[in-house]
Amino acid sequence: MFRRTLSRLSWVDLFLRAFQLVAAVVIIIGLVNTFTTARYTSGQWATLVFSGLAQGSIYALIALGYTLVYGILLMINFAHGEVYMAGAFSTVFLAIHFARTGFLARSPLIAIVILILFSAAISTTIAVLLERIAYRPLRNAPRLIPLITAIGASFALQYTFRGLYGTQFRAYPDIAVLKGTWNILGFDVPLVQLVVFLAALGLMVVLYWYVERTRAGKAMRAVSEDKAVARLMGIDIDKVIVSTFALGGALAGAAGVFNGLYRPQGVFFLMGFFPGIKAFTAAVLGGIGNIPGAMMGGLLLGLIESLGPNSVLEGLGIPATNQLKDAIAFIMLVLILIFRPQGIFGERLAEKKA
Amino acid sequence: MKTIQWRTTLRYGLLGGVAALYFSAIGMVELFAGRNLVGTTINMGHILLYGGVVAAGFLAARSEAHARLPQRLVIGLVAGLVAAVPTIALVLLDSVWDMEAIFVSMNNPLIRLLTLGRGLPGLGMFLAVCGALGLAGGGYNSMPGEHKAAGARALALVLIVAIFSDLVTQVMSNLFGRGSLSLFFAGKALKPAVAIVLFVLMGAVFYFRAVRKARTPLDPEKVKVDKRTRLQRQVVQFVVVGIILLVAPQVLGSFLSQVLFEVGRFVLLGLGLNIVVGYAGLLDLGYVAFFAVGAYTMGLLTTATGLNMGGGVMNFWLALPVAVLISVLFGILLGFPVLSLRGDYLAIVTLGFGEIVRILALSDWLKPIMGGAQGVLFIPTPHIFGVTFDTPQKMYYLVVLGALLAAFVSIRLRDSRLGRQWMAMREDEDVAEAMGINLVQTKLLAFAIGAGFSGLGGAIFAARLGNVFPHSFNLLISLNALSLIIVGGMGSIPGVIVGAVALVGLPELLREFQEYRLLIYGILLIVMMLNRPEGFLPAEVFKRELHAEEGELAGTGD
Repeated sequence: MFRRTLSRLSWVDLFLRAFQLVAAVVIIIGLVNTFTTARYTSGQWATLVFSGLAQGSIYALIALGYTLVYGILLMINFAHGEVYMAGAFSTVFLAIHFARTGFLARSPLIAIVILILFSAAISTTIAVLLERIAYRPLRNAPRLIPLITAIGASFALQYTFRGLYGTQFRAYPDIAVLKGTWNILGFDVPLVQLVVFLAALGLMVVLYWYVERTRAGKAMRAVSEDKAVARLMGIDIDKVIVSTFALGGALAGAAGVFNGLYRPQGVFFLMGFFPGIKAFTAAVLGGIGNIPGAMMGGLLLGLIESLGPNSVLEGLGIPATNQLKDAIAFIMLVLILIFRPQGIFGERLAEKKA
Repeated sequence: MKTIQWRTTLRYGLLGGVAALYFSAIGMVELFAGRNLVGTTINMGHILLYGGVVAAGFLAARSEAHARLPQRLVIGLVAGLVAAVPTIALVLLDSVWDMEAIFVSMNNPLIRLLTLGRGLPGLGMFLAVCGALGLAGGGYNSMPGEHKAAGARALALVLIVAIFSDLVTQVMSNLFGRGSLSLFFAGKALKPAVAIVLFVLMGAVFYFRAVRKARTPLDPEKVKVDKRTRLQRQVVQFVVVGIILLVAPQVLGSFLSQVLFEVGRFVLLGLGLNIVVGYAGLLDLGYVAFFAVGAYTMGLLTTATGLNMGGGVMNFWLALPVAVLISVLFGILLGFPVLSLRGDYLAIVTLGFGEIVRILALSDWLKPIMGGAQGVLFIPTPHIFGVTFDTPQKMYYLVVLGALLAAFVSIRLRDSRLGRQWMAMREDEDVAEAMGINLVQTKLLAFAIGAGFSGLGGAIFAARLGNVFPHSFNLLISLNALSLIIVGGMGSIPGVIVGAVALVGLPELLREFQEYRLLIYGILLIVMMLNRPEGFLPAEVFKRELHAEEGELAGTGD
């Protein structure tokens, strides 16, 4: 596609090349400026790296939901951010209850596992309902239509949960065990970040094993390759699609709990929007439809978001760079989709799709 | 004789019950109950709570087409009783475990509403009411066709008058004085006697019209209208619409003119987006970016503090074309990088653009120019020939002018060579290109013209409000504009107007329910896509397209 474009629309391509060049130059100038003036110590950078990895692993978990669904249905489940919100928002009440009864302090590990399972169950339910009500009847409709439905579903879910739980922010309770720091390579890492990172990594490994090694995973890959042939092989397509949504929902639910543990700001009914878009960015970054790609994309996006404001923007002399944190993710998204729509690890989906 | 499918009855009953439960649990029933429709006996909460129950009775009875009347009544009754069960379970659960700590809407007023104010024994009454309503739904289903249609229409009319009583009362008090109101309305609700008279009267009218229509079959000779009479009719319609547009703000008063202004603003936005999405098929979710560009350009050029040049650089009329021009430039600029993207990728990238513009406008970085979170203040009101556009009524004319211009341009473009190129591109980019259409130029023109309309809307909006805040330019505006196009019918200009009235105008009239507006939008979008993806007033092409695909063999994946 790109090569064809090259011969056909040379001046558009020229513009894009120039754009690419300018973007690269700006980023390099920012980096050089930051590092030559030595604004931050290595300890501060390490802090940013670790928080970026923790945040990135949460993005990665959500991104897997996008990628799984896209891989099979070639549609963007725009409401996936809301699936994540549903789990996180519902579970906060259970977490508060556990904290009140002292269960959380007595046996934190069991409590957290229960919270994750509960959240995953809620998110899975929502994801499956979403598929059943909003997407399944439209499976053969023109591509625009499910996307619009997804936007509608996103609104409906946001305001349903607002109606259920109200407009307040609700914070997850503090867990004493997760308060400390660990020393890794001479840097103090907050324990909670480490736990979130490792737990998310563990879930991703489980998912990878499920998709690559089990029979159900094989069916899933077959459906994503070719629905018609998969059906001929005796695979129940509907079942596979439902299980894909369920899987994505479960991961998003787990991500919701991790987010609650990791970020003290609390949860509320609009919390799903930005993580949703960012996780989509992560999925695109790694090549949408590609499972390891989504994981790497998530981590990479977390790092870029955490390091970008301090390393590039401050070097360019832009004040209050943290305000622009969200813009960084969007700019990344735009740049990736324009210059490498197949993602860093992706196959050439752009062509498959066209 | 077939046996009755009780499982279907049960399913409809449960669906209706779940709907009632859902609306109760998210707090809609309680909030809507605050608004009386007929006297103090029927309020909007009742409609939400019992609407599903009646529908359950109706649908359950309908699914047994062969059953006799008493059987249908029993089916309706059973469906209604079943529909009461989820809500009753909820109330019982709440009586053992107070849920309000988590589910904020499960408060005492709601429980009182559901138990009809009589405590737990009231649940029996609730059950009885639901059963009766299910029975009524089933009975209604068994009525002969003309009665059924006339009844439904008359009921709908009464409800519409009651729900939008604000509109009716405003018009009445402007036309006949405030005294006429107390004759028909008690507060915002219709008086019961008035409601009954209206229902009977309109029911009779609808009924006799239906009967007469059935008696005199359509004469094919009469239906065919020759070209000249059609033209004459169009001219008459045109004049009537023009007069209505002209006198509307005078009759409707200040508040409703403001509503009309909002509708007009979204008609303008919708018409612009319609070119991009409806004609050219490029799903743009960042449309608000151009709206913001137009508004900020207007703000910066006309205010004393804008651009730090001391004193407004331009007046409104000079700044207006500049704002449009700059929006067009932005349209091209942002269109360039996305030329090679399609479908949902395009949607997400444009969504990103919209958010980037908002975040930048909000940032401290651009604060010296754009004013950061404070925005741009003290934008002067436009004036020309000694007329100052300082009231909502006058601003209304401005936006109507803009919308008319946009509609005219849209119609002319649709029928032009460019319009046909857009539609060809929408159908299939590769084929369009093979036919010799310059995709780059065609796409950029769509983005540019759409952006221009949006910028025009933004500029008028800025002048109307007198200030520009970055918070006004969130994703919701884009989604609002998109929804109204879809609800109205993609690619159709009357559709845009209907969509704007339905999605922007009506919610403005129901301000007290503002917090559920987006929920209703969301549900409406889903229902619309599932049942009528072409919209209410579809463009011919889309109707054909969408229904052709239904018949086609199901495509498998890519």
